[in-house]
Amino acid sequence: MKKKVLYSLKSPYREQLDVIGFRFGHGKKSAAIVGAMRGNEVQQMYVCSRMVQELKKLEAKGLIAEDNEIMVIPCVNYYSMNIGKRFWAMDNTDINRMFPGYWQGETTQRIADGLFSKIQGYEYGIQLASFYQQGNFLPHVKMMNTGFTSPELLKNFGLQFGIIRKPRPYDTTTLNYNWQVWETKAFSVYANATDDIDENAADEAVYAILRFLDKQGIVSANTPPGYITKIIDESKTKQIRSEASGIFKSLIEIGKRVERGDILGIISDPFEGEVVSEIRSPVSGTVYFEYFAPLINSNTVCFKIIK
Amino acid sequence: MIETIATAALAVNENLNIQKRRIENGKSKKRLSLVTGTHGDELEGQYLAYIVGSYLDEHIDCLDGIVDIYPALNPMGIDSITRGVPMFDLDMNRVFPGSKDGTMIEMLCSMIVDDISGSDVCVDVHSSNIFLKEIPQIRMSVPTAPTLLPYAKMMNVDFICIHDAATVLESTLAHTLNTRGTKTLVVEMGVGMRITKEYCKQLFDGIFNLLKELGMWSGETAPVREPIVSEGREVGFVNSDAAGIFVPCVSFGETVEKGNHIGDVVDPLSSKTVEKVNAVCDGMIFTLREYPVVYGGSLLARILQPAAGGVEK
Repeated sequence: MKKKVLYSLKSPYREQLDVIGFRFGHGKKSAAIVGAMRGNEVQQMYVCSRMVQELKKLEAKGLIAEDNEIMVIPCVNYYSMNIGKRFWAMDNTDINRMFPGYWQGETTQRIADGLFSKIQGYEYGIQLASFYQQGNFLPHVKMMNTGFTSPELLKNFGLQFGIIRKPRPYDTTTLNYNWQVWETKAFSVYANATDDIDENAADEAVYAILRFLDKQGIVSANTPPGYITKIIDESKTKQIRSEASGIFKSLIEIGKRVERGDILGIISDPFEGEVVSEIRSPVSGTVYFEYFAPLINSNTVCFKIIK
Repeated sequence: MIETIATAALAVNENLNIQKRRIENGKSKKRLSLVTGTHGDELEGQYLAYIVGSYLDEHIDCLDGIVDIYPALNPMGIDSITRGVPMFDLDMNRVFPGSKDGTMIEMLCSMIVDDISGSDVCVDVHSSNIFLKEIPQIRMSVPTAPTLLPYAKMMNVDFICIHDAATVLESTLAHTLNTRGTKTLVVEMGVGMRITKEYCKQLFDGIFNLLKELGMWSGETAPVREPIVSEGREVGFVNSDAAGIFVPCVSFGETVEKGNHIGDVVDPLSSKTVEKVNAVCDGMIFTLREYPVVYGGSLLARILQPAAGGVEK
C-alpha cells in the first residue's frame, strides 16, 4: 500500500487540507473508490477505511491480480466533517456538484479538478454515496444511465437491488456522471446510513465492493454469497409521500416485504398526539427506503417501495 | 390583493406560504411579474419590491395592466439567512420546474411556475451572494438572447451578459419560464445580505421604463442607460491563488489595464503579503470580492474586456 497526497489546499486559518489516497497493487488503473465528499458522510468514510483494511490484507497475501491498481480515497472534505458542516465550510458549495472541476476556478472547483485528475482513467469507479434526506436505505448499488456503463455489471456487486437512474440536469456535475463521460464505468454504493455508522450495512457494502472487484478479476477475495441482484429502473419504484405533517413514526423495517394496503407508518399531531395520518402502501413490494427523523413536513418522501 | 400561491404544512404548527401581491388597474390584461427571494441570502430584491409596489400604489391611475410582486420565493431561507431551502440542503433554483407529484420543494416550485407562467415579462431579481458585489446586470443564455435582449436593454442595467447554455442551468426558474414562453430576465446586482439603495433605484427606473414600453404605464419615467453587452467580448476571471485576507486597491466599476495592481492577499499572522493581485486583462471591473477571507480559487474580480482592444474610458 502506498499512501499519497492527491491534492492539497492551503487555508488561511487551519492546517493544510490534504486529500489522501491509498494505492494498492500496481499497473493498469483498475478501480477507484471514493468515500466522503460531504462533511456528514461518516458511514461513507468508514466503509472506505474498512476497504483499506481488507485490501491491505489481500495485498499482503498476494491476492491483488498482477497489473492492477486500486485507489481508495476515504475522505475528500474532512474540513467540513471536523466542524459539523455538510458542504464546503467557507461558501456552502457541494464538491459533488463541481465535477469535472476547473483548476483555475473557484475553491471547490479546484478541489474537484485536483481529485478528478487523479481518479480519471480507471476502468471502474465506485462512489460511496449518500442521500440528501435523512433516512435509511437498503444497501443497493445505483448507476446513472448515460449509455456508457452496462447495467449488467450491477449484478456483480451481489446486492439485493441494482437501480438505474436517468440523469437530471443537476446530476451532470456529479462525480458519477463525469466519470462516465471520461469513460470510467461508474457506480454509487449506498450503505444505508450517513451521519452514523451502521456496522451491518458497512459489512454489506465492503463485501459488495470486494465481490465486484473479485468478479472483475482485480482481486481474489472470499466473500459471503451475494444476492441475485434485481435490476430496476428508479422511475418504476414507488415513492410514498407524507400527506400530513407532525411527528413521524415508522412501523416497518427496511428490507421487509409489504402488501398493498399495509400500514407503514403514522404521523401524529405534535401538540395533541392524535394520529393525523396513516401511511399505507399503495403497492406490494419491498421497502428500500424509510425516512428517519422524528419530525416530518408534508409532501416528504417517507418510504420507497420496489414493486 | 395579497394571495398565497403555494403552501405546504411544516412539521410543527406552521405552514410555509409563498405569497404574491397583485396590483391591477385599467382594462389591459398585460402582466409583469417581479420575482425575488429564491436565495435566502439575497436581499436587494426585497427593497426593490417595496419601492416598486409603493410607487404603483401612489400612482395607480398610471397603470394599465397587472403587476404581480413575489418578494419571497424562499421565505424560510430569507427568514433564517439561509441561501438554500432550510432543512433540505437544496438550492431552490436547481429544482425547477418541480413536480406536482414530487417532494415538498418540487411541489412548491411547480406551483410557482404555474402562477408566473403567462406573464408578458418576468423579472427575476438576484443579488450575487455574500462574497461578491456585482454591478446591475442581466444574464441570459445564447439561445434566449434574440428574444430577451430587446427587453433587457429597457431595464437600465449597466451590463448584459450573454453566456453559453449549460445543462445544469436547465433547472432554474428562468430557464423553465423561458422554455414555456414567458420571457424572463435574470437580474444580478449588489451583494448578498445587504441593500444597495442606488442599485435598487436604478432597477426601479428600468422596471417603469419596461412597463412603459409594454404599454402598461403612462406615468413619468427616467431616461435609461445604454448597457454594455458582452457579445464579442471576453470576461477575465481573477481568482486568488493564495489563502488569506483580500484587500482591494481598486474601486468597483473602475477600468484597469492588464497587469495593474488591483489588490493584495495578506496573512494577518505573519504580516506578509502572500499574493499581489494584478488585472488579468484590460477592462472594467464589474464583479469585486466583498468578503475578505479567501482560499486558493476564491473569485476576487471579473473584468469585462473592451470590444476591440484597449481600455474603455
